Amino acid sequence: MHPFKYGKTVDLKEAINQLGSQPKANLIAGGTTLVDLLRLNVVTANHLIDINQLPIANIEIFEAKSSPEIGARIGALARNTDVAMHKQIIKNYPLISQAILSGASPQLRNMATVGGNVMQRTRCAYFRDTAVPCNKREPGSGCPAIGGLNRSHAILGTSESCIAVHASDMCVALVALDAQVLLSGPQGERKVALVDFYLLPGNHPEKENLLKPGEIIVQVELPHSPFAKHSHYLKVRDRESFSFALVSAACALEIKNGKIVDARIALGGVATKPWRALDAEKLLLGQSPSEGLFAKAGEVSILGAKPQKSNAFKVELTKRTVKRALLAAVGE
Amino acid sequence: MAGKIGESEQSAKYVGKAVNRVDGHSKVTGAATYAAEHKIDDLVYAALIQSTIAKGTITKMDTSEAERLPGVKVIITPFNAPRLSSKSTPSGRSLLLLQDKQVQHDRQNIGLVIADTWESASHAASLVKVSYKQTEPQVEIEKHATYEKLKSTTSEIGKQISAAGHKRGDFSQAFASGAHKVDQIYSTPMESHNPMEPFAVIASWEGEHLTLYDTTQAVFATRKTVAEHFDIPESHVRIISPFVGGGFGSKLSTWSHVILAAMAARKVNLPVKLVLSRAQMYGPVGFRPKTIQRILLAADKNGKLTAIRHDNINETSHFEDYVEASTHTTSRMYACPNLITSQNQVALDIGTPTWMRAPGEAPGSFALESAMDELAYELGLDPIELRVRNYPEKDPESGLPWSSNSLRECYKVGAEKFGWHKRNPEPKSMRAGKDLLGWGMAAATYPTYRMAANAQVTILPSGEALVQAGSQDIGTGTYTIMSQVAADTLGLPIEKIKFELGDSTLPRTPLSGGSMTAASVGSAVQLACQTALNSLIKTAIADQVSPLYQAKAESIVARDEGLYLSSDSKKGERLTDIIKRNKLKQVVGKAESKPGNEDEKYSMHSYGAIFAEVKIDSDLVRPKLTRMVGAYGAGKILNLKTARNQMFGGMTFGIGMALMEHTLIDPKLGRIMNADLAEYHLPVNLDVPNLDVIFIDEHDPHINPLGAKGIGEISITGVAAAIANAVYHATGKRIRDLPITIDKIM
Ligand SMILES: Cc1cc2nc3c(=O)[nH]c(=O)nc-3n(C[C@H](O)[C@H](O)[C@H](O)COP(=O)(O)OP(=O)(O)OC[C@H]3O[C@@H](n4cnc5c(N)ncnc54)[C@H](O)[C@@H]3O)c2cc1C
Ligand code: SF4
Repeated sequence: MHPFKYGKTVDLKEAINQLGSQPKANLIAGGTTLVDLLRLNVVTANHLIDINQLPIANIEIFEAKSSPEIGARIGALARNTDVAMHKQIIKNYPLISQAILSGASPQLRNMATVGGNVMQRTRCAYFRDTAVPCNKREPGSGCPAIGGLNRSHAILGTSESCIAVHASDMCVALVALDAQVLLSGPQGERKVALVDFYLLPGNHPEKENLLKPGEIIVQVELPHSPFAKHSHYLKVRDRESFSFALVSAACALEIKNGKIVDARIALGGVATKPWRALDAEKLLLGQSPSEGLFAKAGEVSILGAKPQKSNAFKVELTKRTVKRALLAAVGE
Repeated sequence: MAGKIGESEQSAKYVGKAVNRVDGHSKVTGAATYAAEHKIDDLVYAALIQSTIAKGTITKMDTSEAERLPGVKVIITPFNAPRLSSKSTPSGRSLLLLQDKQVQHDRQNIGLVIADTWESASHAASLVKVSYKQTEPQVEIEKHATYEKLKSTTSEIGKQISAAGHKRGDFSQAFASGAHKVDQIYSTPMESHNPMEPFAVIASWEGEHLTLYDTTQAVFATRKTVAEHFDIPESHVRIISPFVGGGFGSKLSTWSHVILAAMAARKVNLPVKLVLSRAQMYGPVGFRPKTIQRILLAADKNGKLTAIRHDNINETSHFEDYVEASTHTTSRMYACPNLITSQNQVALDIGTPTWMRAPGEAPGSFALESAMDELAYELGLDPIELRVRNYPEKDPESGLPWSSNSLRECYKVGAEKFGWHKRNPEPKSMRAGKDLLGWGMAAATYPTYRMAANAQVTILPSGEALVQAGSQDIGTGTYTIMSQVAADTLGLPIEKIKFELGDSTLPRTPLSGGSMTAASVGSAVQLACQTALNSLIKTAIADQVSPLYQAKAESIVARDEGLYLSSDSKKGERLTDIIKRNKLKQVVGKAESKPGNEDEKYSMHSYGAIFAEVKIDSDLVRPKLTRMVGAYGAGKILNLKTARNQMFGGMTFGIGMALMEHTLIDPKLGRIMNADLAEYHLPVNLDVPNLDVIFIDEHDPHINPLGAKGIGEISITGVAAAIANAVYHATGKRIRDLPITIDKIM
């Protein structure tokens, strides 16, 4: 690990200043991604700005009457465990709680923050090893995952330069529920839909999101959710616990009089960013829930997939996972 | 005569019981010192530089930036490394020690930085710029040993180690005329040991004398290897290894980093500590090699095996021949007159593989026991019935009688416990709710090894005894078991026994491998205790004041901290009284215990039967192991607690082998790409269901004085096959390539 300067700040403005004014400054929240990457020399920092004392760890829940637009605000420094265990989150947004609890381990979730989770880096093994090429880490060096070991890689949103998966579970649930992120930077605040916050790799896999120099994620905002009754996060992986998703699906339905009036399907483990399967969602609207319908949604959710040699099984597995998550959402 | 364990159950207060670990307290409180934790003055730190390519030549190592870092003392590379005496090592290893500029595998040790702190050393190591002339590495055994090639012949593939094969009868003819046949190829992947404690060593020279604090399964072999490389007498080298945090075979060998640490310590003239990171252990300290195995079985219509053929190919490095003896047990597992087995190797640009828990037996039993399951379906026979019909009454290879063999008992007891009779053999026929339910079983065996071992016992005037043997405790419970044996033999409470091990200056013992420590060292400890007692008995019967004056030595037993007549439990006295009255400083017993010619008279093995239950969601198809029962005939179980612990560990190891373990190498770069515990999957708690271990009450008077067979390795053997057979039963899919993952079942 390269030596670096370390400092804490209690002031958001100061954090933004420090971050924006130095090219190799890095925020550290829970540290569960960052410290790992520092030790691997994948990230080299000369200044770590510890933001754990910034006052942005609150979880606020709002009634529809007093706050028609916003149902919940989750501070960027809220710990993953605190979010997952929050009574109102469990009640209003069970999908988020389930997604978080399916990830990592209790120890990691106790440290990990919401902002850090949004910003976690891919688990692509080539990205994490400085001994080998990787376009994301060293633009232009090549992508050994294409034609190499790619069993865990993406089949959606890929490009010729990068097929790395965005590994978060929580963010799959968040995009399903139309979460927005509030960013604060030298030019002030702005709000972006989380699904748009992430960029597809294209020719520039090193550019992963819309964050500008000096910008910090301050909070995640959620609209009120009509899905609490019918939602399910299903994660399929190689062991019972403590591993990243091969495929995951965050599915949520609003059902009125036996008909689906709103539907959300988001995918994890298969795409270069938390993925909304919009066509599959549309297909469900106005229909009555049934296994056949959900199987069709599974088929559509993966249209356009570009599998590699070792991850082709994800196409079929995604179909089944979506079907099963939808079935689970309606209690089957 | 002093009590012999096993003979007089009455004298066994500790042996055979569930005794707590005597070192448990020191382990949980952190008082136990592992190799890297010894406090040594003036210590400096080394960090390894490892190759980032798998094949080529190092053309340059630019150390200038690294050398400028404060605290860096010296950087050793192939360009400036001291020359070493290059002798072959006792463990058969040929080590890569910076003596040339060739890179022969990924993560080869190609240099080390020595600095004041670990942080500076590792930072500096990352700043050394290495230039290579690269050659394309060959890392795929399949390219050289394709299934097609294997189907047509085996003798042309790689290098055949004919000595490692077996042959009896006429296989070809018998197979050709077989009524029911199986002919399949099975494969097992490269797997890494991943002991919890990483490799670690502290090297400290005083003149020409070297002390190494090392984490090793073999203090004496390490001493020899190191002495030979530095051309110094073995007596000048001391290896200290009181605690080892697991090895699973990887720590049986002395690997290059141990020699390099000693080289560095000599260069800077200060003690040097070197600890490998998790990632640095994927390559230069061994792994289980990938195997490709072909099995042919033929049986008559009654299910009697008439022909067996088992050919194994394993990968090895270009600089060493390592044989993964997968076919070894095949020759004596089942009665069959016609058999042929072969061992073949393909050299690749990888590090050298090494023994990993049940080397040979673990991958070999996956193939053989899967094939037996296939044959059972072919015949329409219950898999246990098939195995029982082919039970060998004596060793089919040597013709020797078994010293003991509880295999049929294991089938029976295990099946009962599991509820096997309720199994509908039809694949996909059983359900647990919506899930598919699968039940599978397999047999297991492992040889009973024993080697010469020494021990020394010192009975002190305080009435306590110091028991010493070089040996190692690799987490298996050696401290505890030896203390039990000593306490029972000496008739002392276990609290009065102090057992010391892990030091090459103590009495010579074998390595901790092949599940033989309990039998080998235990027998020596017992004999040393008896020797010490005999000398005390001699003193007592010659002592006019002693109640035992002129008693017959044979009539005296040790118990309750004293010596007493076996016929009159009141007649006798305490050990301390004899010692005090006769003004003895201490009473010493030294002994060597070694196997006799029992292996010429008996074939000696442990046996077991494993039963596994899996539940599989029909859409998502990941097998979830829900139950496992293992019944074992392994001689005298010395400590029920540590023994169960060993079995749980081995069975869990088997679960990993069956369902997830796989060291992944990039086919073009030749680099291991999952060199950490997040990506190299081992079972987590949720993957391990309730494990049921049953030990058959087995008395074997032939194997060794304790009657103990090893258990460390049979515990993994057969597990992967039992699970694979359960997966077949659940899904109708026969997975012949480990690990059994979703993509293979779909
Ligand atoms: C072994 C292991 C297993 C895991 N398994 C899973 C899993 O199964 N599922 C899953 O979803 N995740 C998993 N994770 C990832 C885990 O969820 C993330 O590491 C964690 O959420 C990151 O949060 P953190 O607060 O620790 O981030 P940090 O490590 O502190 O930061 C991560 C990155 O985000 C930046 N950052 C942090 N906060 C902000 C902010 N407010 N604004 C802008 N940038 C910020 C940092 O500069 C850094 O670059 C696993 C991690 C590990 C180590
Ligand atoms: S998939 Fe992306 S992250 Fe992985 S090696 Fe290729 S470019 Fe790098």
